Formats: sequence, C-alpha cells, structure tokens
Amino acid sequence: MKARVTVTLKAGVLDPQGQAIQGSLKSLGFEGVAAVRQGKVFDLALPESDLSQAEANVRAMCEKLLANTVIENYTIEITP
Amino acid sequence: MKAAVVLFPGLNRDRDMIAALTKITGETPALVWHKDGDIPNVDLIVIPGGFSYGDYLRAGAIAARSPLMQVIRERAAAGVRVLGVCNGFQILTEAQLLPGVLMRNASLRFVCREVKLEVVNAATDFTRGYTQGQIIRCPVAHHDGNYFADAETLATIEGNGQVAFRYAQGTNPNGAINDIAGILNTKKNVLGLMPHPENLIEAAHGGSDGRALFEALTTLAA
Repeated sequence: MKARVTVTLKAGVLDPQGQAIQGSLKSLGFEGVAAVRQGKVFDLALPESDLSQAEANVRAMCEKLLANTVIENYTIEITP
Repeated sequence: MKAAVVLFPGLNRDRDMIAALTKITGETPALVWHKDGDIPNVDLIVIPGGFSYGDYLRAGAIAARSPLMQVIRERAAAGVRVLGVCNGFQILTEAQLLPGVLMRNASLRFVCREVKLEVVNAATDFTRGYTQGQIIRCPVAHHDGNYFADAETLATIEGNGQVAFRYAQGTNPNGAINDIAGILNTKKNVLGLMPHPENLIEAAHGGSDGRALFEALTTLAA
C-alpha cells in the first residue's frame, strides 16, 4: 500500500515562508492571493496489505517523527 | 566536575564547546559519538551546536530520535544536568525534554551577530553566576531560533521560572515569542539556549560574559 502524508502548520502559527511566497506571487503578477501557508508532503511505500493497519502505522509515524505536533497538523491518504 | 559532549553527525560547534569546558573546568570533557550507545557517568551532558543530520525534516528532529537520546533522557530524569546550545537546544525540544519548538527565523535569514540577553532566572545551577535581571552580551548564529509554544505552555513556563534568558534591549534576532532565548525543564536541570556562551569566554573572544555559565557548573557536586 502507499500513503501520502501532508504536514501543515497549525492555524495561528506564524508562517514567514508562506508570507514570503505570497509576496513573490504578488511580484509575479498573481494578484489577490489572500494567504499562502506552506507545508510538506511525504510519499511512503508500505508493507501492509490491510488498510486500517496501514493507517494506524502511518499515524504512529506522524506522531513520532513526521510532524511536530506542537506546531503542525497532518493528514493521511492511503491508496492500494 | 565531569562533563561529556555528545556528537551527532553534522554538529560543528563541538570544538568551541570542548575548548570552553576544558579551559573553564580544567578537565577535558568526555566525547561521546552518537553510536557509542552509552554516556560515562558525568555531572553535565552537553549537546553543542551545528546542523545535525543536515537539519533534514526539521532542525534537530533526526538526532532527537537517536537511541543515544534515550540515555540522555534517563540521565536527565536522574538529575544529571543537560545543556543544549543552538542545534542542541533544537534537539532537546524535538526530544520533548524541553517544551515548545524552534521555528525558522521570522526574517527567513541566517543571523550571525551579537545580542543582549537578560538573565530571567538566576536561581539555577546554570545561571547562578549571574544576577537576576543582569544584561549580558552573547553571540548568536542560527537559522531556526524562533521559539514558539502555545499560549498554555507559555503561561506555564513563564509562571514556573522556566525562562532562563530573554533577548534584551530590542535585540531579538529571530522573532522568538516573548523574546525567549533559553528555557529550562520543570526540574531546572535541563537548559537549552540559542545563543553561544562558549564563544564569549576570554579576551580573545572580545569579552567573557559567557564564562559565568560554565563557572557555575564547575562547582556542581561531583
């Protein structure tokens, strides 16, 4: 199975990188972008064949390493 | 006072730390490579600065999950003093030995300059060489020193005297919340700070304001 983990900053956590990207978009002529929040994507190749087992395993990976839950949220998509 | 300096791949401020500890304590610290698996019995464990594992994933994140961190966790729980400077501070927060997190500098720039620090809690093993509220000079050199913690955690650490150092006189170089430069755990035996006191210990450095931190540690009970 495969998993895609998306890690984003929690609401309320300042994102200076997102702000810099927003400024750059504006300078390229993309007007009206109200906000940019940047994050990370991880694509994992998993050994599990059971969907719920795979999801539980990836959730543990997120909690232990992939996300710092002090400032970050994560979402998990599992595909066969 | 016996000290050990812990080395993860990518740390690069270890020599400055070893030199400072050797000059001030009179003893060369034990050097512990991350694969050594154990740390000798010491009074102080130091994680120096640098870029462990290339700052991959998040600054300090990979080193914080190293098996050697479990040894440091156990020693800290047993009361051994642990000092993390710069990347060492980032590693200690990622390992959850200290609360909060160090994010990318608000300016998005690497900062390498001198700042002023206010000694916010001078009643700890690390800071008792200073007076409460004393303003000291200290160099900083980092890209991810923007300390952040949620409102509840902030209230707790401020209320518990866990803030050891604050950037003073408008010198906050990174956007850290409440100007926090260094924090302690609840037991006050673990200190993490972004500035480099080991780089201001003698006349050749242009000052010696960092010296009192190490001098205070030399008189720890063996």
